[in-house]
Amino acid sequence: MKKNTSTKTLNESKMNYDLELLIDMYQKMLLIRRFEEKAGQLYGMGKIGGFCHLYIGQEAVVVGIQSAQIEGDSIVTSYRDHGHMIACDMDPKGVMAELTGREDGYSKGKGGSMHMFSREKGFFGGHGIVAAQVPIGAGLAFAHKYNGNKNVSITYFGDGAANQGQVYESYNIASLWKLPVIFVIENNKYGMGTSVNRSSAGDNLSDRGKAYGIKSEIVDGMDIIAVRDAAIRAIEYCRSGKGPYILEMKTYRYRGHSMSDPAKYRTRDEVEKIRKTSDPIENIKILLNKMGVEDKALKDIDVKIKSKIADAAKFAQDSPEPSEAELYTDITIN
Amino acid sequence: MTIEILMPALSPTMEEGTLAKWLVNEGDSISSGDLIAEIETDKATMEVEAVDDGKIGQLLVPAGTEGVKVNTPIALLIDSTELPHASIKNIADKPYLEKEKIAPELKMVKPITLEPNSSIITVREALRNAMAEEMRSDKNVFVMGEEVAEYQGAYKVTQGLLDEFGDKRVYDTPITEHGFAGIGIGAAFGNLKPIVEFMTFNFAMQAMDQIINSAAKTLYMSGGQMGCPIVFRGPNGAASRVAAQHSQCYASWYAHCPGLKVVSPWSSKDAKGLLKSAIRDPDPVIFLENEVMYGQSFNCPDNEDFLLSIGKANVEKEGSDVTIIAFSIMVGKSLEAAEILHEKGINAEVVNLRSLRPLDLDTIINSVKKTNRVVTCEEGFPFAGIGAEISALINENAFDWLDAPVKRVTGKDVPMPYAANLEKLALPQVDDIVNACGEVCYKD
Ligand SMILES: Cc1ncc(C[n+]2csc(CCOP(=O)(O)OP(=O)(O)O)c2C)c(N)n1
Ligand SMILES: [Mg+2]
Repeated sequence: MKKNTSTKTLNESKMNYDLELLIDMYQKMLLIRRFEEKAGQLYGMGKIGGFCHLYIGQEAVVVGIQSAQIEGDSIVTSYRDHGHMIACDMDPKGVMAELTGREDGYSKGKGGSMHMFSREKGFFGGHGIVAAQVPIGAGLAFAHKYNGNKNVSITYFGDGAANQGQVYESYNIASLWKLPVIFVIENNKYGMGTSVNRSSAGDNLSDRGKAYGIKSEIVDGMDIIAVRDAAIRAIEYCRSGKGPYILEMKTYRYRGHSMSDPAKYRTRDEVEKIRKTSDPIENIKILLNKMGVEDKALKDIDVKIKSKIADAAKFAQDSPEPSEAELYTDITIN
Repeated sequence: MTIEILMPALSPTMEEGTLAKWLVNEGDSISSGDLIAEIETDKATMEVEAVDDGKIGQLLVPAGTEGVKVNTPIALLIDSTELPHASIKNIADKPYLEKEKIAPELKMVKPITLEPNSSIITVREALRNAMAEEMRSDKNVFVMGEEVAEYQGAYKVTQGLLDEFGDKRVYDTPITEHGFAGIGIGAAFGNLKPIVEFMTFNFAMQAMDQIINSAAKTLYMSGGQMGCPIVFRGPNGAASRVAAQHSQCYASWYAHCPGLKVVSPWSSKDAKGLLKSAIRDPDPVIFLENEVMYGQSFNCPDNEDFLLSIGKANVEKEGSDVTIIAFSIMVGKSLEAAEILHEKGINAEVVNLRSLRPLDLDTIINSVKKTNRVVTCEEGFPFAGIGAEISALINENAFDWLDAPVKRVTGKDVPMPYAANLEKLALPQVDDIVNACGEVCYKD
């Protein structure tokens, strides 16, 4: 997807949005969803091992924010990372081949679902330790500032991660040193089986920036237009040298925490209700319909995406396992 | 087109499960996302979602079937536009649909003979029983950690504790290891007896400073005033395919530090006896479990006062030709290796360390004097590992008794790779132990 930096504000009606941009965002969200559905299937078939955390339901967050980025911005996130990589234009084939642990995967099969990277695409992982990516994201912002470029660091973390001490250590330093980092809290209401209310004191996670003088917003993360608008505001603020910004995205994951989560902590109804009323992909479809795009056209897009994903799945299963010599490479540079 | 619905894998370590319940009938139309069945593993009951649209042609595995292997066909899905009988017939020609072949194979496990005053229980149950018994007898014992209460434990080790003891004794913590480890240590200074569960020991690295600088050293720094009766427990080492950040053995890290006791059980008996001792111990104890072992069954004494002393190893199998020294999951692998060695005419002794600090030097040296040859086994890295320490101790204490240099079987000196083939290479296997024993016995 080409980087789009048009800066429309909330005041303009959604209908004024560039149709091409909307279709692009629809495609990207759908690509992520179909990718994740396929990953879930391959996991069930034993083709993918270990932990596999699906992003289904949260697609609008990463796609909306990505639509406001420019070349050179850096992205870092947790283990729930497949969507972020696809949004960064990483090739679904290489991502899927990493999930199957094959040579053509982004980490040559050595990292797996939770640990993937692409320096070329500005994607700095893929981190398995909850909240470890938060100071790393602030450090990437430090490098942008140090180098004097106009880029920012987009640092994603979950509601559960938001309680780790290193988040607040990062907030403090980022604010003190005016680092161009956007802290994106993907509040999907649960950290594994624990709801936000049971893990986090205070009303809103975003409020926690106040103590450090960091500007923050709460955003409907199921509405891609709202996400994009907020991202534009946050990124402009950061790029202009004013320091960090917090976006708390209210979102939801439809699937279990990982594949082995019996999900007894919430009801099936809760999930169904959100799926029916606030699905980000259904929402944008409705908007596109209103703008005159017919279902047939949307269906065609889906068919194309499905075949792209089928290709990726085939590629990921055909790619050979890494050679045994890879066991001892990449441990240190010299 | 007919699609086989296969028994899905629902966790990294799942090999088989019980098909508890069908939520659809033959002839039902389903679409992707619909719930079709309930599957039970030793950890949980999970719902299975359909991944394709179509009509259920045939249910191949009846509800209630236990031990269904992952990837066994459990139902046939036919394209709803097709005539059902036609495609079923078509598929039924295939030999694998014959009735006897459909019956899922049962996993071959060696039968365990029940010992007197014991029950055959899993390591998971033994750990839970140990905690529950100690919590019943000492009201100052409490449990905290991520997902230990309402979720019943990420690996179900704390199952039922919240129900029995209530929320004053069992706490779900936020994901803040450094903080809750420190809170546990403070509570222990305040004369309580916390059991702090780390979801896995990989995450205890976040808490390392509190464990080493506060729990391990304060007794010394306070001239003996500030004891810290706390247990840090959770799975250690490699699970399956969870890669470098989630698969590491920390035995040598903790064993390195004076002020800590470090134990690592293998069987259910070890788990119960050592955990009860750890909870009663006045010092901080690092209790290294293993996820792969949780579901394995062993005899375990029923006695509520059954304890194993921290610092004592156990000879699991007597032998005369070579001593294999192991702990945790490697004990099982060593016993397997001993069987293979037996066929080759080598009679191996297998020592289960149980405790890494203090280390039972007497048992090790006595065994060296008997066999004169030693192989150490661990999942951790070789460099400065437990095997390196044992080797040095044998050098210092029983050099003259050795007929061959001590050999170490360890995990490879690399971060754990994700790819299945590389992971297998990185982990010490039974064959590696067999080969190492062959080498120290100068046989090929
Ligand atoms: C330091 C650390 N502790 C515990 C874990 C185990 N763990 C993995 S994900 C997770 C929940 C995180 O929830 P959240 O931050 O809300 O992210 P989400 O999974 O909802 O995207 C936990 C406890 C871990 N990976 N790292
Ligand atoms: Mg969450």
